[in-house]
Amino acid sequence: MKILLIGNPNVGKSVVFNRLSGVDVISSNYAGTTVDVTRGYITINKFRHELIDVPGIYSTEPSCKAEEIAIDLISEGDVLINVVDATNLERSLNLTLQLIRYNKPIIIALNMIDEINHIGISINIDLLSKLLQVECIPVCAITGEGINHLVNKIPQSEPSNYAYTDKERWNEVGKILSQVQTVKYKHHSFAKTLRDASVKPITGIPFLVIVLMVMFLLIRVIGESLINYFFSPLFEKFWSPIMLYLSGLIQNNTFLHDLLIGKLSNGQIDYGDSFGLLTTGLYVPIGSVLPYVFAFYLVLSIMEDSGYLPRAAVMVDNIMHKMGLHGLAIIPMLLGLGCNVPGALSTRLLETRKEKFIASTLLSIAVPCMALQAMLFGMLGEYGIKGLGIVFVTLFLVWLIIGFLLRRIIKGTSPEIFLEIPPYRIPFFKGMFKKVFTRVRWFLKEAVPFVLLGVLIANLLYTSGILEIIARFTEPVFVYLLGLPKEASGALIMGFLRKDLAVGMLLPLSLSLRQLIVASVVLAMYFPCVATFSVLLKELGIKDMLKSTLVMLISTLIVGTVLNYILILLLN
Amino acid sequence: MVTVLEMQEGKLGIISSINGGVGLQKKLENMGISKGAEIFKISRQWLKGPVIIRHGNTELAIGYNMAMKIMVDII
Ligand SMILES: Nc1nc2c(ncn2[C@@H]2O[C@H](COP(=O)(O)OP(=O)(O)OP(=O)(O)O)[C@@H](O)[C@H]2O)c(=O)[nH]1
Ligand SMILES: [Mg+2]
Repeated sequence: MKILLIGNPNVGKSVVFNRLSGVDVISSNYAGTTVDVTRGYITINKFRHELIDVPGIYSTEPSCKAEEIAIDLISEGDVLINVVDATNLERSLNLTLQLIRYNKPIIIALNMIDEINHIGISINIDLLSKLLQVECIPVCAITGEGINHLVNKIPQSEPSNYAYTDKERWNEVGKILSQVQTVKYKHHSFAKTLRDASVKPITGIPFLVIVLMVMFLLIRVIGESLINYFFSPLFEKFWSPIMLYLSGLIQNNTFLHDLLIGKLSNGQIDYGDSFGLLTTGLYVPIGSVLPYVFAFYLVLSIMEDSGYLPRAAVMVDNIMHKMGLHGLAIIPMLLGLGCNVPGALSTRLLETRKEKFIASTLLSIAVPCMALQAMLFGMLGEYGIKGLGIVFVTLFLVWLIIGFLLRRIIKGTSPEIFLEIPPYRIPFFKGMFKKVFTRVRWFLKEAVPFVLLGVLIANLLYTSGILEIIARFTEPVFVYLLGLPKEASGALIMGFLRKDLAVGMLLPLSLSLRQLIVASVVLAMYFPCVATFSVLLKELGIKDMLKSTLVMLISTLIVGTVLNYILILLLN
Repeated sequence: MVTVLEMQEGKLGIISSINGGVGLQKKLENMGISKGAEIFKISRQWLKGPVIIRHGNTELAIGYNMAMKIMVDII
């Protein structure tokens, strides 16, 4: 039997799914967290059934890709669990009535039951069940209250015979509502004042600036502390001796040694540029990137679960609009700052092809993920703000300008924002940490194999001499346009596969500040990582992805060349 | 009768008509907002940014042009 969790966005379907199946899925306090289908299993009376978490929908007529996925699924289901937000009964019932039309066994999980009292709502649940002819079970998904009861009632669920005409649907909702719900408004609560203040420009803009600054400060502090007090000592004290021992076993300068351990520097392991699978290949993703990924997701989760993220989207909507996007596109961009892969996936939130194209292209070109940022710090850190500042300001300007241009060039429409803003909620810490770990695990699963594969292929390309040949062909571009030494062409070609390797190859070239800046910007812009590329290929299709890649390469050449000449004037 | 765009912040109004296409009407209807519904205007962003309204327990940001197409009677 297939059991589906269906309901409006942000009503707690994913939390319910997690409770019922034990499978960790990501939940956050904004509409559109789930954009894909997750399957799990639930055992009821010794029988195992498939349980499916579905993206939220407002009605059974789709308005974006995620909704389409959800609606297509409904006909596949054998039982529908309609998750309903008890604090938003009107809207939820509109969907319930539409679901009843599918004539499938249906049961209502009346979620967020813990919140109704303090808002001043009371609901006559028995009457609601009777009127709809659907069993309604009050639950609080985050504490698990009522969940057992819900499970026990699933086998008894039946199709409802509630009849209505489509034209009368809202009237029917109104009729039901007036009988089952009483609202005692609580005027001017502190929460409401805070809610309103954060979306008024005069108070909201300064607040947004402060929030973003605190966010980035926190990420730095958490990430750095993790590296200094945990990961660095771990590698230096525990991993290095093991590697040195292994190095002694397989003998220096053999092929296997180069592959696994790489070059020793003064008989010691230098994780930055030894290039072995087990040294650099492990250190880059785990020792230097993972801590920042963890810190980033922790901070982002606080933003998501508190309910601030959609408000931030509203505050930046007017700027995004100038780039053919709307405020919601801040979600792929922010997620992308952690890792471009989930960022690319979340472009499903956007409605039109034009928006998806622009968002994906901007994400690939000008939104550096944590790994890339760590590399940029590695390359330019010693020059402080002068080096890094120029790189980040350039990327930001490129983001704005390319967005501005694409909006004009790309055909299609960019709809205006239409976004539900959830109430502020205190992050529910158990769920939040689970989410952070789910994402970190995901990063490890996605990133580590790619790094290892990259190191492997890179090693092969290098030893076979193929790299040399490609590099020679492209040399003029790097030398004459970008002002880099000719050895840099090999490094940057390698960067298509692994940017961290490119950095490792650039460092020994003792580049000048100007060259370092140009190389950093080029590295950030010209191509996303292989993992992101493959996701985007799936999301955009081959044709659009080719176009997007072309935009990346051309804009990189232009920006790199212009930057090179500007810097020649400025720095010399 | 004024548009939601012109409506003063902090005021309540009753929707008298929605002049947008079927798409806009449907989207709003899905949120429970249609002719006769009561809405409260929270704020409006600068530079032709979105307008934020409240209906019951739902808060909603809608685009500048959408806000121009929704007419309300202030109460
Ligand atoms: N107070 C309270 N909050 C809840 C409850 N259930 C879920 N939440 C919170 O509601 C928010 C939305 O939960 P999700 O499970 O992501 O909602 P969803 O229905 O899967 O949303 P989409 O995937 O966007 O359609 C999260 O911040 C949850 O922590 C509940 O019973 N009580
Ligand atoms: Mg979900």
